[in-house]
Amino acid sequence: MILLTVGTQLPFDRFVEIVDRLAPSLPERVFAQVGQGSYRPQNMDWRPFVGPIEFERLINECSLVIAHAGIGTVVMAQKHRKPMVLFPRRAALDEHRNDHQLATVRALGGRSGISVALDETELASLISLHHPTPKPIEQLPDRDRLRNAIAALVAEERSRRSSGHRA
Amino acid sequence: MLLRPALAPFDPIFAATDAELSKRDGVSRFYVLPDANRDGPWRAFLCLLASIRLVWRIRPSMLVTTGALPGLFCLVAARLCGAHTIWIDSIANSDQPSLSGRWARPFAHEWFTQWAHLASDGRRYEGALL
Repeated sequence: MILLTVGTQLPFDRFVEIVDRLAPSLPERVFAQVGQGSYRPQNMDWRPFVGPIEFERLINECSLVIAHAGIGTVVMAQKHRKPMVLFPRRAALDEHRNDHQLATVRALGGRSGISVALDETELASLISLHHPTPKPIEQLPDRDRLRNAIAALVAEERSRRSSGHRA
Repeated sequence: MLLRPALAPFDPIFAATDAELSKRDGVSRFYVLPDANRDGPWRAFLCLLASIRLVWRIRPSMLVTTGALPGLFCLVAARLCGAHTIWIDSIANSDQPSLSGRWARPFAHEWFTQWAHLASDGRRYEGALL
């Protein structure tokens, strides 16, 4: 199964419509989480929203994630080692408050398992390709570094407070 | 939730906008806040009230948040209650700090960006969650 998701905050009808048009030509069925849009898909199973537990199950079961450039989706796809095709929202088309999703794909594009489509043609050619399983991500030194920095700050502040010197 | 391993030794209380996350990630000390963004002023106001009430009830000595608007409300409320506050700006903002993050600046003891190229005085970079 191919999973399409637009996240929980905003509709993204342009994207859902494109994928719905492409769905009959794809080798697997598409399940679509389409948010509060007004477009009703014809060629895909769909629901407006799925809860986080079911969403994680769907990610785990799918072979490819097609998604808006939302960080929550990227984190989940990465956790389950699923290839993803990201399609950023555009502020000019009223798809988000600003163009940070364009910045996100510029920053994340090219990482293992992440490909980026900016228009229908790119999306059509990318989702018809075979996507290999991304490299495992047990080693995320940047993540460990931030976790350690936060843990150190919290520990430091706690010991400062327990020794009676208040901020 | 990606920060949980770092915070686990301190027995933290979590607040998020989706109740099901507590079940998915097995978190027991968990509170739900209404979700909000700047497109919905009424929801934002409800979220602000809920955030103030939650912080007042818990009286945290420290607060760590990755934003966005609900995180900002909690951070400001916690700071005014005397907590030590840490803002981690969303990794979704790789061009410039988020708007919530900019508002959080004067209330945050520590302010982290998750992009090396955005680091500067007062914007600390120590890696990223992704």
